Amino acid sequence: MSLTREEVEHIAQLARLGLSEAEKELFASQLSAILDYVRVLQELDTESVPPTTTAVPLENVWFEDVVEPSLPRDDILSNAPDVVDGFFRVRAVLDF
Amino acid sequence: MDLYQLTIHNAAELLREGEISALELTQSVLDRIVAVDNSVRAYLTLLPEVALEQARAADARFAAWRKAGRAELLPPLLGIPLAIKDVICVEGVPTTCGSRILENFHPPFQATVVQKLLDGGAVILGKTNTDEFAMGSSTENSAYFTTRNPWDLSRVPGGSSGGSAAAVAAGEASGALGSDTGGSVRQPAAFCGVVGMKPTYGRVSRYGLVAFASSLDQIGPLTRDVTDCALLLETIAGYDRRDSNSIDAPVPHYAAELKKGVQGLRVGVPQEFFVSGMTPEVEIAVRQAIDALAALGMDVREVSLPHTAYGIPTYYIIATAEASTNLARYDGIRYGYSAPDATDLMEGYFKSRAYGFGSEVKRRIMLGTYALSAGYYDAYYLKAQKVRTLIRRDFERAFEMADVIVTPTTPYVAFKVGEKVADPLQMYLSDVFTITLNLAGLPGLSLPCGFADGLPVGLQIIGPALAEDVVLRVAYAYEQSTEWRLRRPPIS
Repeated sequence: MSLTREEVEHIAQLARLGLSEAEKELFASQLSAILDYVRVLQELDTESVPPTTTAVPLENVWFEDVVEPSLPRDDILSNAPDVVDGFFRVRAVLDF
Repeated sequence: MDLYQLTIHNAAELLREGEISALELTQSVLDRIVAVDNSVRAYLTLLPEVALEQARAADARFAAWRKAGRAELLPPLLGIPLAIKDVICVEGVPTTCGSRILENFHPPFQATVVQKLLDGGAVILGKTNTDEFAMGSSTENSAYFTTRNPWDLSRVPGGSSGGSAAAVAAGEASGALGSDTGGSVRQPAAFCGVVGMKPTYGRVSRYGLVAFASSLDQIGPLTRDVTDCALLLETIAGYDRRDSNSIDAPVPHYAAELKKGVQGLRVGVPQEFFVSGMTPEVEIAVRQAIDALAALGMDVREVSLPHTAYGIPTYYIIATAEASTNLARYDGIRYGYSAPDATDLMEGYFKSRAYGFGSEVKRRIMLGTYALSAGYYDAYYLKAQKVRTLIRRDFERAFEMADVIVTPTTPYVAFKVGEKVADPLQMYLSDVFTITLNLAGLPGLSLPCGFADGLPVGLQIIGPALAEDVVLRVAYAYEQSTEWRLRRPPIS
């Protein structure tokens, strides 16, 4: 199977990845090869097989709803590139 | 003997007796790092000042203990210098995950495993090199540099915990922590001739481990012998409410159980693991190890894990899908590289991630995004999760007839730097023996079982869930019947 350039661009868009022209070409061929390889799973009959979502036999892990101190705000902001008045500043999310 | 060569348990004995000081031990390891790390390149960040301070604190604790009549039970890692893979958060210290996108990230919190080490008085030497976000099998995907195999500097140490494995092998740490998602502790352990273990999924807390594939990731020890591995595992294992998949089960004193013996235990050898394409000398070394287990009184029998060959494709759908979700957080808003010249929000995402991520990471994000996207989810992700059930069932059936299963850890010994970078698929295939354990959530350990062309060969011992004690016992019995653990790489 061959991924087209458009498909590669679509996936990159979904993944918010900026790809160079060279990367688009390289990934188109590499990803096609990998996807070809993983298609081998189709030969298995999994009609009545349930999916495994986790390796541990746990369901619905609950906690008591108790108020505890969180991380100090300054610590949380300490790695941010743009902080104003205790907020993370971001570029405009909506266009007016 | 140079102090940096000591095992953890031997060093601990000498420390308790006051024959050596923790300061001397840490200084010896730091000197060793200075001597060889320009060649090995195991470390990304070194913390010599802090380490010496921690060593002094340990010395004070030993002195007080001797003065008080040695009544208290001392933690086994008190004063022991350890290295931490750079995907594990050490508070206030750069945690880069081998990536440009986290080049200046200083975690504002401590990983649970690191807190446990510190509570036990261990010394943290620094952060070791890793494939970017733990994605790789050679440490060549690190954005910074490639770590070298101490046994042959033209070869890879394996990955993604290559820095930790190389550091332990070269005497640049008494022990180390790595992480294992598809084999990333066990495979570099095999390539570097050390012991490496992936615990049962959920045995060790993932809080503070930067997430790659959340249903597969586990932190594990890398050490020079099995006793050390047991001591390190005892210290880091245990329930943690901050990891929702943490298992609430008591942690056995693994080190105390090692000498229980293996007479009558059943060893399964899966026929599917002895595939064509394996280096013949690797197969010979592993078969000899199996003979040694028989000579120790173990009952060797053949088992079958029929879906072994489907492990890699299953993994590369599930792991990449989970990674694509986990790495969506790197948006340059709260931490990490943020493209300064982007004109709007979207451009900010595209540019930050374009610069910050390397090729392999981008490749895996793309693969995972595709596998989860509308129209493809059923054929890829859902299908893979069903095959995962088949793989789990293979092991359940096999463990009805065996107490442990043994296999080679890798199909070949450490390859040359650059040898497999051109073909991602070739690189992925080096995980063929380790990968199904992550899918099934089972514990596995690799330890040295010989050499091929002068390079270490690893034997993998697999156990049922939460059977680390049995795995360690079998590993110990085999280890003690040979002298592989005494061999050191010829580097100085």
